[in-house]
Amino acid sequence: MAPVSTERDLRLDLFRGLALWLIFLDHIPSNAVSWVTIRNYGFSDATEIFVFISGYTAAFVYGRAMRQHGFVIASARVLKRAWQIYIAHVFLLAIYLAEIAYVSSSFDNPLYTEEMGVLDFLKNPDVTIFQALLLKFKPVNMDVLPLYILLLAWFPPMLWLLLRAPSMALVSSAVLYVLMWFFEWNLPAWPSGTWVFNPFAWQLLFVLGAWCALGGAQNLSRWINSRFVIALAIAYLVFAFCIAMTWYFPRLAVYVPKFVGDAIYPIDKTNLDVLRILHFLSLAVITVAFVPRDWPVLKSWICWPAIVCGQHSLETFCLGVFLSFAGHFMFTEVSNRLFMHIGVSVAGIAIMVAIAAMLSWYKQAERQGGGPRPPAARPGLAGGDA
Amino acid sequence: MRWRVLLLALLVLAGPAWAELPAECGVAAHLAETSYPLPQVKRAIADKKLNILVVGAGSSQLPGPNGEKNAYPGRLQQALADQLKGVAVTVTTDIKASRTAAEMVKTLPAGLAAAKPALMIWQTGTTDAMRAVDPDQFSQALDAGINVTRGAGADVVLVNAQYSPRTESMIALSTYAEDMRWVALQQEVPLFDRFSIMRQWSDLGTFDLYSATKKLDIAERVHDCIGRLLADLIIAAAKPAEPPTNGSR
Repeated sequence: MAPVSTERDLRLDLFRGLALWLIFLDHIPSNAVSWVTIRNYGFSDATEIFVFISGYTAAFVYGRAMRQHGFVIASARVLKRAWQIYIAHVFLLAIYLAEIAYVSSSFDNPLYTEEMGVLDFLKNPDVTIFQALLLKFKPVNMDVLPLYILLLAWFPPMLWLLLRAPSMALVSSAVLYVLMWFFEWNLPAWPSGTWVFNPFAWQLLFVLGAWCALGGAQNLSRWINSRFVIALAIAYLVFAFCIAMTWYFPRLAVYVPKFVGDAIYPIDKTNLDVLRILHFLSLAVITVAFVPRDWPVLKSWICWPAIVCGQHSLETFCLGVFLSFAGHFMFTEVSNRLFMHIGVSVAGIAIMVAIAAMLSWYKQAERQGGGPRPPAARPGLAGGDA
Repeated sequence: MRWRVLLLALLVLAGPAWAELPAECGVAAHLAETSYPLPQVKRAIADKKLNILVVGAGSSQLPGPNGEKNAYPGRLQQALADQLKGVAVTVTTDIKASRTAAEMVKTLPAGLAAAKPALMIWQTGTTDAMRAVDPDQFSQALDAGINVTRGAGADVVLVNAQYSPRTESMIALSTYAEDMRWVALQQEVPLFDRFSIMRQWSDLGTFDLYSATKKLDIAERVHDCIGRLLADLIIAAAKPAEPPTNGSR
């Protein structure tokens, strides 16, 4: 199968950048601004967008490498990327532990005696840190990178299959997803429970993204652009919106018929509920229908901030996690009023854009400088700014 | 700040005899609503004898000699007694710190047999989140507890975790809060969304939940409001004939 196109699809960078912003806003604990994020208006959230697009770009970048340089070289690059993400995860963990230690030494309130028990694990940090290095202990909001590490580590054979028999690869991924539901597969976590993002489930979106990148999207384009599918997608998004409103206005819950409630609840994020996949796919269909690939706005300054973040997604993601810690610190130490929430949110995104822009400049300067040329495909988080 | 001082002054003037909902609690009243009825409570109110069992963990307690009276179960009893004149309201508690939902289900039959309640108020979720209990097992424990309680002829109101901004980056409450919501919707049980209510108070500056203090004053006012709002939810849900209102305001 021929690659779709050699020119980069800016829509991918745009929406990955937007997803990074939304993840940042959602990750600042108690951020009032997070009401703008899509998770409040339907079933799926920014994580789906991110995993799908990362699968797409991973296939785009490493698929080319595998065709040109063979299985071994491409696999080595994928694994190197997984290792980089592991290092980034450990770095964030260090910051997290510092924050926890600070809270435990500075905070006391009779209202929260129960909650302070969470700091008990500081009594045996050796076990905690060891379990964290094994990716079994994952602090709050730090579940995405371990998922990526695993998805990438397992990606080379999947990519090999995707290049030879794309449909077969997609079907095998779907079978794994179904088996996971039947046998309740998941990886163990520490101190108890399982992974928050079940890799056996979330691999489906990653592979779906990869499959689309390798020509699947073109094969589907007649379907995706049909009026019927678009109408169906809009209807589903409206339905999800109405259901989501009943969560925030308990009075409305009575209007959801019993059989509908029985059918849809619980909506499982850990195991990537089918309702969530459908919600994401509906969003994707609408996006593809209304944002054409050659949309001139994509190249204008309006989209540039999000695009530049999307092009440096690993760095921006890690920075976002760090900034969300810092933002929370501002809330606790300086002020927790609304203007602070807005200020921290806006400033955080501005810093993300500034750093991403600096990385772009740095890369360009490196290329222009007479030194050895960097390799042609330098992937971002799971494939990136190639 | 000025209106907060004004409010406080008003409260002091009104004195403890004021049975109406203080305005500081009221800003979150719209969150303490439900569309599911409580038929056993309705019957109990008609029979003039309302027994309530509160099952919970550490966040249903307050420390200190007056802790039992000032924590929300005690405040709930007071608020209900004030609003339901002529009804003998008894609130018994089964509260012990750091218990998961599954652990509470184990002692539930004995508690139900002893208290013979028309309503079981179940505060849970925090410990499960702190110990990262498997969410499926958490949901199953909730279902089991609701079924046991209904089997004993009592209604259920679920109470979710506290909003605790300082520890929010350390306790992954959201999964467990969502699971509680799904179970409540599926079982058609009222959910007292303590998390959203307290968050509203924090966002609006009603209570400073960030403050590091050893003093009990804010904690006591928070529990007082929770008790009152719970009372309003229970009374509104026990009168399904008219659309739920916030009781007194």
